[in-house]
Amino acid sequence: MSLFSKNETIKPIDFSSKAHYRTKAFPSPFYSRQEPLNVLKEWGRWADYLSPHAYHCSSMEYFAARNACAVFDLTPMSKYRISGNDALAYLNRLMTRQVGKIKPGRVGYCVWCTDAGQVIDDGTIFHIRAGEYRLCSQERHLDWLLTNTMGFDVSVTEETHQVAALALQGPTSCATLREMGLAGIENMKPFGIAHFSFAGTQLMVSRTGFTGDLGYELWIDPQHAGLLWDRLFAAGSSRGIQPMGDEALAMLRVEAGFIQAGHEFMPAHQTVRTGHTRSPFELGLSWLVDFSKPNFNGRKALLAEQQRGHRYNLVKLDIDGNKPANNSYVFTSRKKLVGTVTSALWSPSAKASIALASLQAPYGKPGEEFLVEIYYQKELKWSRVMATAHVISGVFYAPPRKRLTPPADY
Amino acid sequence: MRARPIVIIGAGHNGLTCSAYLAKAGQQVTVVEASGQVGGAAVTREFTPGYRVSAGAHLLYMLDKNVRKELSLESAGLSFSQLDMKTVALAEDGNHLVISGESLHGADITDSDQTAMKEYQRFMTRFAAVIGRAHNRIPPRVGTKNRSDLLTMAKTALDIRMLGRDDMREFLRIAGINIYDILQEHFEHPLLKGALALDAVLGTNLGPRSNNSLFTALHRRSGLQGMAMPKGGMGAVSDALATAARKHGASIRTSATVARILMEGDRVTGVELQGGEKISAGTVISSADPKTTFFGLLGARNLEAGFVRKIHNIRMLGTTAKLHLALDGLPAFKGLERGLLGERLLIAADIEYVEHAFNHAKYGEHSSRPVAEITIPSLHDDSLAPAGKHVLSAVVQYAPYQLKKGWSTEKAGFTDLVIDLLEQYAPGIRRQIIHREMLTPVDIEREFRITGGHWHHGELAMDQYLMLRPVPHSAQYLSPVNGLFLCGAGSHPGGGVMGSAGRNAARAVLSVIKAGKRA
Repeated sequence: MSLFSKNETIKPIDFSSKAHYRTKAFPSPFYSRQEPLNVLKEWGRWADYLSPHAYHCSSMEYFAARNACAVFDLTPMSKYRISGNDALAYLNRLMTRQVGKIKPGRVGYCVWCTDAGQVIDDGTIFHIRAGEYRLCSQERHLDWLLTNTMGFDVSVTEETHQVAALALQGPTSCATLREMGLAGIENMKPFGIAHFSFAGTQLMVSRTGFTGDLGYELWIDPQHAGLLWDRLFAAGSSRGIQPMGDEALAMLRVEAGFIQAGHEFMPAHQTVRTGHTRSPFELGLSWLVDFSKPNFNGRKALLAEQQRGHRYNLVKLDIDGNKPANNSYVFTSRKKLVGTVTSALWSPSAKASIALASLQAPYGKPGEEFLVEIYYQKELKWSRVMATAHVISGVFYAPPRKRLTPPADY
Repeated sequence: MRARPIVIIGAGHNGLTCSAYLAKAGQQVTVVEASGQVGGAAVTREFTPGYRVSAGAHLLYMLDKNVRKELSLESAGLSFSQLDMKTVALAEDGNHLVISGESLHGADITDSDQTAMKEYQRFMTRFAAVIGRAHNRIPPRVGTKNRSDLLTMAKTALDIRMLGRDDMREFLRIAGINIYDILQEHFEHPLLKGALALDAVLGTNLGPRSNNSLFTALHRRSGLQGMAMPKGGMGAVSDALATAARKHGASIRTSATVARILMEGDRVTGVELQGGEKISAGTVISSADPKTTFFGLLGARNLEAGFVRKIHNIRMLGTTAKLHLALDGLPAFKGLERGLLGERLLIAADIEYVEHAFNHAKYGEHSSRPVAEITIPSLHDDSLAPAGKHVLSAVVQYAPYQLKKGWSTEKAGFTDLVIDLLEQYAPGIRRQIIHREMLTPVDIEREFRITGGHWHHGELAMDQYLMLRPVPHSAQYLSPVNGLFLCGAGSHPGGGVMGSAGRNAARAVLSVIKAGKRA
């Protein structure tokens, strides 16, 4: 029995009634549409939301995202509205990067740290209108964001539950949105933001995603969530549109070389043990650290780290063979243990066994060779291989359509 | 090459001490003070024409002996009108208890209390000495391998170990607990327990049953000296410090209010005064409390957020009010002989009385029956009042900074209530009052520019002491901002007119300047 019938309108969560305490997991505003499609009934959790691991087959969902288009429900992602006279100054103190470079109507990637220069989370800043921002991230951060307001004329409100969001990713995504009636969508540049009127409300579209491919993210009020889903799937019906769960997304993001909280780094505020966190440098994000800013959280510690040297390097590994190297130890060719794999898979698009790995500095220079210890099981029989792996400097998979404007019409 | 000038914000006793040491070491120092006179909360001022009083602290018992000697405060004009003052625990029926060191008189005190008092004084003095020795040390950073930090930690550990097996055990047992339990273990007489409990909680947001109240009792004794009154009031201490500082070449500007600390990039470049004048400096040392320094003068936005949160969370809500009375003659306390009138008089009938007085503070009310520490300084010092007239100065608790109904509506009523209380002990005192002045924590905040009106620039407690004062990573008189230092009571070893924070800060600043030169 489903929690909601298909035609029932999903009301936004009413926090004033405190009804949300009665449930441990919220259905997304798209739940009435997801539920019948989720034939596997593999519901996972993303913060306080139900989020499907897979709808029917994670491999098929993955291939839809690479060869047609796939829809992922982004609603559970943390969303914070940041506005006020000091919004930019506030963000510049919060983030390691220069936020002023993100112009109105643009989206920028960012990372933020504790005073100790350890990564709390990464995310995207949407400069929706001049001086008005939305910060999106995987983890919840309201307390930290509010702590950061002291001394600033800024308003920070959480709008996670007030905004329903879908990611539409894959080569036919642009054509699908055009078919849905978003005129001029093909002219949107990567990291752009556009607004469309949709069924009497406003639909915000950004050309962003977590797949390293052509793709868009759609943002709408929860009341119109069902309608958006329906129109999107109708428009994409001849272009191979599929719903996608987080298993497929995990494959896509590793191929794109994106890091994720809980995998490549432990969010500093959830980490108890000292030394188990990472600095931006140790995640390959030095390009996001701008010391020309006189003050930002972690600046002093990161300056000291720059002088002292980093503890870790995050690398991309191209591994021989076809066995995914999940959770593997990484050794030098002389069998010295130097690190661990943080994310791994057999990449169908790169046609290689690939991995992200955190290695002790100074190991991890491009071209360097390592051994990856892979355990795998066939019908309860365990085997082990020491597979040769090489650090690569480029990306695993980056189709030109990712950046092309207008994208090719499929 | 000339050393880069140093600006010190605030001419309180710590700011002055720091300036004197830095000037003595050859630094070019300017102290800027918002008030028209030096001293901060160690000040003597007129509160009605002809009557002068120590408006903040009114007794001296913790002044750092090193400061006194090294800055030659006696030759700079410091003298005393009264030394080794006794304590009189007032009884409403006139059967008062007189405490003089370890000896007890009056109030039908029992032999067992007499014996217990000797033992109590013995171990409290030993334990206070451990705390006192830490006062002249720059707190160590935790988790570093720095040799001087490790040495400081080792010294304090050794001080505790050197207490010997039994006393060390007792020290470790009681250091974190409350005075109530300890006094109940040792004593019987209600007046004695009330008086000793009051000493533990005076100036704090604690009751006798609150944890840490044993620690505050030790802290208060850590100067290992008797209660004294400087001639001319507490302002005389500050004046002597200012004289010493000037002698060494420091310049002191009064009526110069710092509006903000100036920064360029990630370091301070000086201060801007109200009115727009800018004083440039390579080093700025603030004797203001940490919240005033970092939020009021520097701006939270110039700091990293984790540090801002720590500073924000410092507990510094004052609960102590100050009553000043100009009297037409000497008050007559029931059953108190004239010779004891000039001593330290306490209203704290018993330990439960003190705890009940504190209960109100927990809920945003002032005590209905407050506790008080009363002095009549004009008995020892005729410079304070016209001939035949007198000045009464009383520290009164509990008067919480955050009062539910607000001090603007409650102040007059609270003052009446305190005078009613005095009337019970000294009948007729009400008619002798020529003028009265009550400083609530809100007034103390305004007059002395201390956030929350808290005497100690932050509650004294084990979690806000030593390397945790004011907050970790800023406890070595340093701040996260290059060139900005702290030297006030908000830093180790805290409040009370000691000068140790100023002296330690000067050492810390000099070592940073030296290291900078080497680099």
